[in-house]
Amino acid sequence: MNTATLAAAGVSRTRRGAPWGRRLLILAAWLVFVLFLLLPLLIVINEALKQGFGTFFAAILEPDAVAALKLTLIAVGISVPLNLVFGVAAAWCVSKYEFRGKSILVTLIDLPFSVSPVIAGLIYVLLFGAQGWFGPWLMDRDIQIVFAVPGIVLATLFVTVPFVARELIPLMQEQGTQEEEAARLLGASGWQMFWHVTLPNIRWGLIYGVVLCTARAMGEFGAVSVVSGHIRGLTNTLPLHVEILYNEYNHVAAFSVASLLLALALLILLLKQWSEARINRLKAAAAQE
Amino acid sequence: MSIRRFALAALAGALISGPVAAAQTLLNVSYDPTRELYVDYNAAFNKHWQAQGHEPVTIQQSHGGSGKQARAVIDGLRADVVTLALAGDIDELHRMGKLIPEDWQTRLPDASTPYTSTIVFLVRKGNPKDIKDWDDLVKPGVEVITPNPKTSGGARWNFLAAWAWAQQQYGSEEKAKEYVAQLYKQVPVLDTGARGSTITFVNNKIGDVLLAWENEAFLALKEEGGDELEIVAPSLSILAEPPVAVVDRNVERKGTRELAEAYLNYLYSEEGQRIAAKHFYRPRNQSVAAEFAQQFPELKLVTIDDDFGGWKQAQPKFFNDGGVFDQIYEAR
Amino acid sequence: MSRPSPVIPGFGLTLGYTLVYLSLLVLIPLGALFIKSTELTWEQFVAIVSAPRVLAALKLSFGAALAAALLNGVIGTLLAWVLVRYRFPGRKVIEAMIDLPFALPTAVAGIALTALYAPNGPIGQFATELGFKIAYSPLGIALALTFVTLPFVVRTLQPVLADIPREVEEAATCLGARPWQIARHVLLPALLPAWLTGFALAFARGVGEYGSVIFIAGNMPGKTEILPLLIMVKLDQYDYAGATAIGVLMLVVSFVLLLVINLLQRRIARG
Repeated sequence: MNTATLAAAGVSRTRRGAPWGRRLLILAAWLVFVLFLLLPLLIVINEALKQGFGTFFAAILEPDAVAALKLTLIAVGISVPLNLVFGVAAAWCVSKYEFRGKSILVTLIDLPFSVSPVIAGLIYVLLFGAQGWFGPWLMDRDIQIVFAVPGIVLATLFVTVPFVARELIPLMQEQGTQEEEAARLLGASGWQMFWHVTLPNIRWGLIYGVVLCTARAMGEFGAVSVVSGHIRGLTNTLPLHVEILYNEYNHVAAFSVASLLLALALLILLLKQWSEARINRLKAAAAQE
Repeated sequence: MSIRRFALAALAGALISGPVAAAQTLLNVSYDPTRELYVDYNAAFNKHWQAQGHEPVTIQQSHGGSGKQARAVIDGLRADVVTLALAGDIDELHRMGKLIPEDWQTRLPDASTPYTSTIVFLVRKGNPKDIKDWDDLVKPGVEVITPNPKTSGGARWNFLAAWAWAQQQYGSEEKAKEYVAQLYKQVPVLDTGARGSTITFVNNKIGDVLLAWENEAFLALKEEGGDELEIVAPSLSILAEPPVAVVDRNVERKGTRELAEAYLNYLYSEEGQRIAAKHFYRPRNQSVAAEFAQQFPELKLVTIDDDFGGWKQAQPKFFNDGGVFDQIYEAR
Repeated sequence: MSRPSPVIPGFGLTLGYTLVYLSLLVLIPLGALFIKSTELTWEQFVAIVSAPRVLAALKLSFGAALAAALLNGVIGTLLAWVLVRYRFPGRKVIEAMIDLPFALPTAVAGIALTALYAPNGPIGQFATELGFKIAYSPLGIALALTFVTLPFVVRTLQPVLADIPREVEEAATCLGARPWQIARHVLLPALLPAWLTGFALAFARGVGEYGSVIFIAGNMPGKTEILPLLIMVKLDQYDYAGATAIGVLMLVVSFVLLLVINLLQRRIARG
């Protein structure tokens, strides 16, 4: 940072902004936090428990809800590992080598992030729907992609492509290639180098990316909604199940399942916080060396 | 890498397990307000089916806006039977996807419509805005809730009922268009499906009057316990005919024709008719209709075939792109 | 292509895998959308995307996303500033919860915000008393988008803010600079690229957002109907061409936005 030179002027740290201004800002931040983040969270819990814990548990243990949870876990279980491998491979070639077209590649990796989820669903319908390009061919072979589990997995995969790569690329760029080069010169094979040098270095960034990827995979609505077919107990993920319950006068059940998703989201935040703390600690340790 | 291999295996597993499980399942793709009806009916049918010496079947339900559902079936959702809000949407299965023959509606009694309904008004308890008939809907300050006719079947029946009344009242198409245009100016929320509109009106308490399927209005009343809402029957409405059909292409592929046909036929049985009536659909069967006669208000009803020349004329005229509905929306 | 670091293996493998994976999952399907849209003539395409209803949705989607991104630009800056510069009770909780909108499924956000802002909801009823409505109006859409895109500005500003040593401002103060001068000459130039990145990310996400918005929007054609919903509606009317045309339009916009974001990020990296 070029500003660091100015900082070296050695001014004492005691003087701070006027305390009332500071208090006002902190108060404003608290207000924003309560209004924008806490209230939506509280209302979900409040609506879910309106009729007590009995209805709450009945709603989340009902067979269709359990089936939806299973499908959500399948979608997460397939898309997260695939995107994890992709993320490592993409970050590897982007961060360890220089080649032409790299910035275009990075933009393409980011693309699914800013494409509307509805379009993500639409493209798979255009490709694999009965009226789509491969529709008749698939139909003849009795393979179903859209309105079945594969379509839901594909849509989830699409929207979660960038997450691991996005976390790893800056991290691996920062770390450079010296350690790997040293390992190679000491006679390590490619895989040995990856397992013993690279992987431990990127471990926490990897976890962070996986956590974000899981969150998005679990919660995707628009893309999955287009390709789902909304068959109860079969092609409904948890977020879609929330919508269905909401549309069945089943307000309390909808919010109960929503609060289950909320609990998962909070768990994800905890995991995220934990891996982030680890990354910071590693960074701090690296900075001291 | 073992994770990758596992994931690929899982993906392959998912691809394979999709179509395999189809042996004894039946998928009924239906529109929004029939959820509760078919939950009951499926249980009854399963009992009936087993009594005839068959293995129990798994009946799957899918619900949504009628047009959306038809589109999903055309795009490859493997419905064995469709039970949609109007014949126009099932016609599309023939026109767009060649999934059924053109004369599908002649294959079952009563133009393949085992039960009917109509369009009524649902208002707040005590009818504070004093809404009695269609002309009260365009009074200043009255907010009307109805779904989007582009995506919802019920909304199309709503639209046509309003149109039919206005045309009879004012005597010309021009006046009817003016009336309907004014009506839609007073709609604050246009949901994509009938159920969405009911939620908007009942749960989120938006609007003064909901234009609803009669069965949907009764169901809302039942869910709310009758403390907050009441039904108003207008002087004239439309006979809403939600038809059913076996999707030939799909049942042939899955080998479920016998099951699918039995499923739809049973709707016409006394038991099936009674279940429909219990869910506030008007039964076709005379004796069941008599049994439930006091449940349904007597209404003067126009029909789609006699007054609008059937869906083949009504759909392009009113609802396709550039039709009357688009004209009144774009004129605003 | 050049390979400056021949010691490290795996270039061919990883680049090949990346390209194949990306092509299969993203590029070919998106390409299919473009090819599908070539079934339309240019005039047809223009007619579809300039229809009044599409234009209204376009204005709404971009307007609401812009409003949300701007609002985030303000409250995101506030949050980032407070979280980086001050230590106060509850800081850790707020810090951890900032990412809630990313972790929470958008459908859950949608029903929660609708419950909150509907005319009979805890916040909505105040609005009703004051004579305006939040849910089922463009305001509600903007608020929903503000919620789902809240973390972007905060998260892009935080590291940059943390990198500006407080001493810089203090030095400036000692040299006689007034607070607004510090903001204008010290903070603004340092923060602007990051701020714009967060803003652009929030904007890009907001334009395409679907799940959280449909519950709260009211979905009135020409009034509260967003572009992604219009794609759904067109699709449900068997209007594949119309859906494709709008899809292509949105895709081009998001690609341009991404290029802008990447350029900005390269500027940040250069310092």
